[in-house]
Amino acid sequence: MTTAVFAGVDVEVNEEGFLVNSDEWTADVAEAIAADSGVGPLTELHWKVITFCREDAAREGTAPGLRRISKLSGVGMKDLYALFPKGPGKLAAMVSGLPKPQSCI
Amino acid sequence: MTTTELVETPAPAIEVTSATAVEPEKDRHVCIICSKGTLDMAYPGLIMANAARMSGIKATLFFTFWGLDIITEKTVDELHVPTVGNPSMHIPTMVGGLPGMESMATRMMKKQMEDLDIPDVRELVEILHDSGAEIYACRMAMDMFKRTEDDLVDQVDEVITAMDFYDKAAGSEVIFI
Repeated sequence: MTTAVFAGVDVEVNEEGFLVNSDEWTADVAEAIAADSGVGPLTELHWKVITFCREDAAREGTAPGLRRISKLSGVGMKDLYALFPKGPGKLAAMVSGLPKPQSCI
Repeated sequence: MTTTELVETPAPAIEVTSATAVEPEKDRHVCIICSKGTLDMAYPGLIMANAARMSGIKATLFFTFWGLDIITEKTVDELHVPTVGNPSMHIPTMVGGLPGMESMATRMMKKQMEDLDIPDVRELVEILHDSGAEIYACRMAMDMFKRTEDDLVDQVDEVITAMDFYDKAAGSEVIFI
């Protein structure tokens, strides 16, 4: 485990850059992770995805897979790839302060 | 007699690139050749390609021989699990050959997939297309099975030759299924 500084705050991250404790996540941390991981400035549509991911993870106890996000968040598959071109499967969860999803879909 | 003047030409500059400077997923490209048309052989290629795209890795799919069934409109929803000559079924081959066994095994597998919320093959091909994966059909297999582009699902980008495939696959990781 290492400590990263996002938005001036010390947060614990694993070797892949995912937050270890999702309670340490804030909107500012999300912006900082997004900038750091190449997602860029977060738009309204990004926030729609992030809000869904955090709510769904709180309900289900696990980070949602990409198909689940596309089916339930109201943001379609094509848009998800446009929002996170470097890999929405990992990056939607990373920016949302959640662990790497266990779903392959 | 003429004298030849030797002109020294400067050596071409060699560009040195460091592999360690490359981000893990950056520039990665995986090509998956799908050559089998059974349900149990269709999923691995499609899932691997989808996982690549989800991780930000470029993915190219090349469907050849029986694999064409995965992207053929008439067969995409009709792929079966083989019960004969498949030791992993753990039933005697003769039993596996009884009428109805194959459709029963296929129904069971599809049911299990549904329970796990795994999309059917048609939806998975659509997801891959939306994800930006490139989908190609093999020219020779198309000719062999007498199929035209109209027989294929809409998500297929192009019918290409094996040589075209190698051009597209240059520098990628290739997986044969």
